[in-house]
Amino acid sequence: MDALTENWDLILDGFLNTLQLLLGAGALALVVGTLIALFRVSPVPVLRGTGAVYVTIFRNSPLLVLLLITYYGLPQLGINPSFYWKIILAMGLYTGAFVAESLRSGINGIPLGQAEASRSLGFTFGQSMTQVVLPQAFRNVVPPLASVFIALTKNTSLAMSFGVAEAAFRMKGLVNDYATERWTIFIGIALGYIIIVEAISLGAALLERRWRAER
Amino acid sequence: MSQSTVLYDTPGPRARRTYRIIGVVAVLALLVLGFVVINILYENGQLEYEGVWEPFVTPAYLELLWGGLLDTLKAAALAILGALAFGVLFGIGKLSEHRLIRWPCWLVVEFFRAVPLLILIIFIWSLYSLQLDRSFHALVIGLVLYNGSVLAEVFRAGINAVPKGQAEAAYALGMRKYQVMTAILMPQAVKIMLPSIISQCIVALKDTSLGYVILAPGLTKVGREIWREFGNYLATALVLLVIYLVINLILDLIGRWVERRYTGGRRLDVGAPGALGEQDAVAQVEAARKAATKGGAGTGAGGFQ
Repeated sequence: MDALTENWDLILDGFLNTLQLLLGAGALALVVGTLIALFRVSPVPVLRGTGAVYVTIFRNSPLLVLLLITYYGLPQLGINPSFYWKIILAMGLYTGAFVAESLRSGINGIPLGQAEASRSLGFTFGQSMTQVVLPQAFRNVVPPLASVFIALTKNTSLAMSFGVAEAAFRMKGLVNDYATERWTIFIGIALGYIIIVEAISLGAALLERRWRAER
Repeated sequence: MSQSTVLYDTPGPRARRTYRIIGVVAVLALLVLGFVVINILYENGQLEYEGVWEPFVTPAYLELLWGGLLDTLKAAALAILGALAFGVLFGIGKLSEHRLIRWPCWLVVEFFRAVPLLILIIFIWSLYSLQLDRSFHALVIGLVLYNGSVLAEVFRAGINAVPKGQAEAAYALGMRKYQVMTAILMPQAVKIMLPSIISQCIVALKDTSLGYVILAPGLTKVGREIWREFGNYLATALVLLVIYLVINLILDLIGRWVERRYTGGRRLDVGAPGALGEQDAVAQVEAARKAATKGGAGTGAGGFQ
């Protein structure tokens, strides 16, 4: 246990960096994902096509290669934000595609009759959106969105290959320094990730249960 | 074709005109964006032949890339085969009636699903004392454990999605538990699970890129060698991206075809790890069972459920 108890500050710092990446990339992914989802459900064919192409490309590319492009590629174009932003950019754009798909399936999961009924009751577009469609869409979206953020939490570990001192980076260092305590270190760091994952999962479950009761 | 969705009605003449204007503006914006990107690439000398794109038309480097691709495909194929075996074992384990089997299986599956693949790979590699010639093993084992756990969930959901009456009828005919599983449940479940298995192949293939971190043979390692020599980071990374994209898109197309052919457009997705997943699973199984009872006949049913 020495490896964990002696280095608890390093590990904690690592997980704070993990959370920072999670928040930054998660925020970017929500913005990008919402935009792309709007494209994908819009009545304009060109926008729908653009959204579909975006989702197809980013869902099928390995995140690591995207990170290589933003981390090593962008500076070659004279675009050189700080390394934190380069990593956030790749993770946000990648995760955005998955967010877009969750949002779209949430909207598409609402039966057409709901909208037809609200229109025939004389609801305006705004009313039918805010009173009928969106509340149901949010409910549908919670579980897949939570899955997306759980995947993002795990994906933040890729930042270690670019020298960000987050939890996985700390684990690699500790495993090198304390060769005899590899199992303890691995289980310890893994538990840290599991706590974050469970927190997201539990939060979403509570949210879903509460909203489900309203129905 | 009616365009009505929950968001908007079938457009009238005025709406159609507005849509067309927005469409034209969007096309123009995309063209401008494309032009700006090409211009930036050009100004920074990224479109030149020498030292940038040269290696990708030189036979020696193409051979290197081909070798990397074969390594990557080998890692992915081994990973999926191993993951299928792992998935069947633990998926059935999770369905067991004996608590002593069910619990450990649940624990293993939940653990490997919640832990980042990268730290798993690094840990396994460290057990091999970080030897370079062992990095491929570490990558494949890591991929098997992670993808296997996801597939275990897929198997469990797939088996549960087979209508209950099937198993009951088989038991009533006097079949044993083993026979019910292999002769009745598995053949029907495979049909439901196929699309999920194929999409997991894509995930495994994408994750082979993590070999980069532990210097395992594969595309990303070859890429590193090429840009070490030429300094053409962007061009190399783009080439890697295109290779991965082409393979994944082919797999994606196959997956979509299988989905239409066998499951009537319904994909069995696996819930999140943890509390949400447990709660989700119940609803999921109900929905999948309903879809399966329809016999997968609704091929033309469109996206709505």
